[in-house]
Amino acid sequence: MGKAVLTGRHFWYGNIAIAEGAIAAGCRFFAGYPITPASEIAEHISRRFPEVGGIFVQFEDELASMAAILGASWAGVKSMTATSGPGFSLMMENIGLGVMMEVPVVVVDVQRGAPSTGLPTLTAQGDVMQAKWGSHGQYEIIALSPESPQEAFDLTIRCFNLAEKYRVPTILLASESVCHSAGKVVVPPEEEIEIVYRKKPSVPPDEYLPYKPDEDLIPPMACAGEGYSIKTTGLTHDERGYPDTTPEAQEKLVKRLNDKIRMHREEIVEVEEDFMDDAEIAVVSYGQVSRPAKRAVKMAREEGIKAGSIRLITVWPFAEHIIRKWAKQVDFFVVPELNYGQIYLEVKREACGNAETILVPRMGGRLITPEEIYHEIKKVVGR
Amino acid sequence: MEETCELLHPIDRWLKTERMPHIWCPGCGVGPTIHAWVRALERVGIEKEKVVYVSGIGCCGRGSGYLDVDGFHTTHGRAIPFAVGLKLANPELCVTVISGDGDLFAIGGNHFIHACRRNNDLLVICVNNFIYGMTGGQLAPTTPHGGYSTTSPYGNIEHPFNTPHLADAAGAVYVARWTSIHVRELELSIAEALRMKGFRYIEVLSPCPVNFGRRNNFPEPDAMAKWFAQSSVIMHGADTSKVAIDMGKPIILGNFVKREGKPTYYELLRKLEEMRRKR
Ligand SMILES: Cc1ncc(C[n+]2csc(CCOP(=O)(O)OP(=O)(O)O)c2C)c(N)n1
Ligand code: SF4
Repeated sequence: MGKAVLTGRHFWYGNIAIAEGAIAAGCRFFAGYPITPASEIAEHISRRFPEVGGIFVQFEDELASMAAILGASWAGVKSMTATSGPGFSLMMENIGLGVMMEVPVVVVDVQRGAPSTGLPTLTAQGDVMQAKWGSHGQYEIIALSPESPQEAFDLTIRCFNLAEKYRVPTILLASESVCHSAGKVVVPPEEEIEIVYRKKPSVPPDEYLPYKPDEDLIPPMACAGEGYSIKTTGLTHDERGYPDTTPEAQEKLVKRLNDKIRMHREEIVEVEEDFMDDAEIAVVSYGQVSRPAKRAVKMAREEGIKAGSIRLITVWPFAEHIIRKWAKQVDFFVVPELNYGQIYLEVKREACGNAETILVPRMGGRLITPEEIYHEIKKVVGR
Repeated sequence: MEETCELLHPIDRWLKTERMPHIWCPGCGVGPTIHAWVRALERVGIEKEKVVYVSGIGCCGRGSGYLDVDGFHTTHGRAIPFAVGLKLANPELCVTVISGDGDLFAIGGNHFIHACRRNNDLLVICVNNFIYGMTGGQLAPTTPHGGYSTTSPYGNIEHPFNTPHLADAAGAVYVARWTSIHVRELELSIAEALRMKGFRYIEVLSPCPVNFGRRNNFPEPDAMAKWFAQSSVIMHGADTSKVAIDMGKPIILGNFVKREGKPTYYELLRKLEEMRRKR
């Protein structure tokens, strides 16, 4: 067997970092369909998996890829797919199945210009709301957004850990600009990488109810072939996993699927705050836009402007408690993003009128520069 | 006097009896098909813990919930890729997909041909009732030319798939067709398929008195079953290009294709790994 964790210092593209992060996290099943700008993930995994005993399949489309990783995860193997907008759209129905069946899987979406075929080779952040709301019905999901190749590696591991812990499809919301830029990636020794595995039933098969949650609202997961006679369905179901299409069952199940994430929001949400102690203006950013955003904040500080930065590492569930807290201190939230206003809407909602929220939109195609964000900060100060 | 009933049905140990009654209509062919599958599992002696039943959406799709084996009721059309992932991730399991003709050949048709082509190690049983049962009798990709459905009220102008031919052409290693009234032959055919590796396909023609029969000159609950009984001709090894179903003509049944020696996707994958390690 080859080495799974390539401990050391590397110079990697974001896509390679994602693939290596997945392998380090214990992913041993990958299903995908080629698409720019995500294909290098599949290419790299197709080369690496035979060395580490993983199974790589290039499927006929993203519908199949998404369904296949759900199946593989039910067989007890950590599983992932990677795509970009058009493929992400095709995955939506089965992401919903993953939510309903509570399957730990990781979906990488390397965002590119959209709608439709859009700008295949250029960056964007247009799929943020789709990641949250793309499948039908109401559910909570987890999505993390890396700012660099290093974080692409680290957050891919965290995606697997969160997926396993909360039994929910978890999305790495990357973008072309992170995945096609190279940077230093430090891979720690294997024993220093925290790896989480889904909790298993502690009762014998005749007492096991596949959808009976513990106090944390997460049910222990038996896998296929372990003798638990699992019943699972995308239909609304009871704790036995039997279809129960009554309003009462629907109320109970949908509430739990949402609450199991909401009740752990503070544990799941990770943000990075800079210069916030005395900040009057907060720049809220995520993904690669965070790098120019942080630079712009520094430029403002050099000019004596009390600006700070809040970087959302976890995009979903939304860091509402964080925004609500800072809304009491700052006068303005400045939100630069590569779309026409998505996270901006969340920030505005949570600011509850306590602070004014200003969008700095770019439709995608290129990154926002530090100067452009700084210019917006200056405009706000001038008010 | 208190009566105790010790006479369990021979397949009771495979059933989630507390889930009975099932949802299927009287005269439906889904139940007998699943029955034949379970008897074949018994016959071949497959351990219950290793049996996995994956289904899509439709009347037939509901079957996975009634058996005391690991059952996965997935999304419409995606039973095959779900099962491919599951089986590759745990090759010890005996994975069967049992689903409807709409599920497997309309919305899921692409997955079917690609799984055949790759020779994924799966048994796929299609309960072909010529119609969309669950949603109330709409046109299926198997509805005979001229057949009536709620979305072809003036007769079907399309041409149905000859599914054994499709499977054969795409490379399935085992291809057969039976009907749900040929319970004995069906059981033996499933048993034969269960003993093989690779992509194995069995089409089971099945009465749907409610949604196909009553709109298509089979008004009585047992009329479709009688049609199968009267029109069937058994021709093992028949040329699959000649077994298309045409109302009014004989229905050709039999074990059509058995290809030996074609390695499965998984076997080739492991070989590749071996090669990579030696280098
Ligand atoms: C994506 C999607 N489209 C449509 C449906 C609605 N639908 C449910 S079952 C079905 C057809 C089932 O027909 P078939 O597969 O032949 O199974 P049968 O009910 O006849 O056993 C359809 C169209 C769905 N569930 N999902
Ligand atoms: S509608 Fe047709 S396929 Fe569905 S249960 Fe009734 S008879 Fe069977």
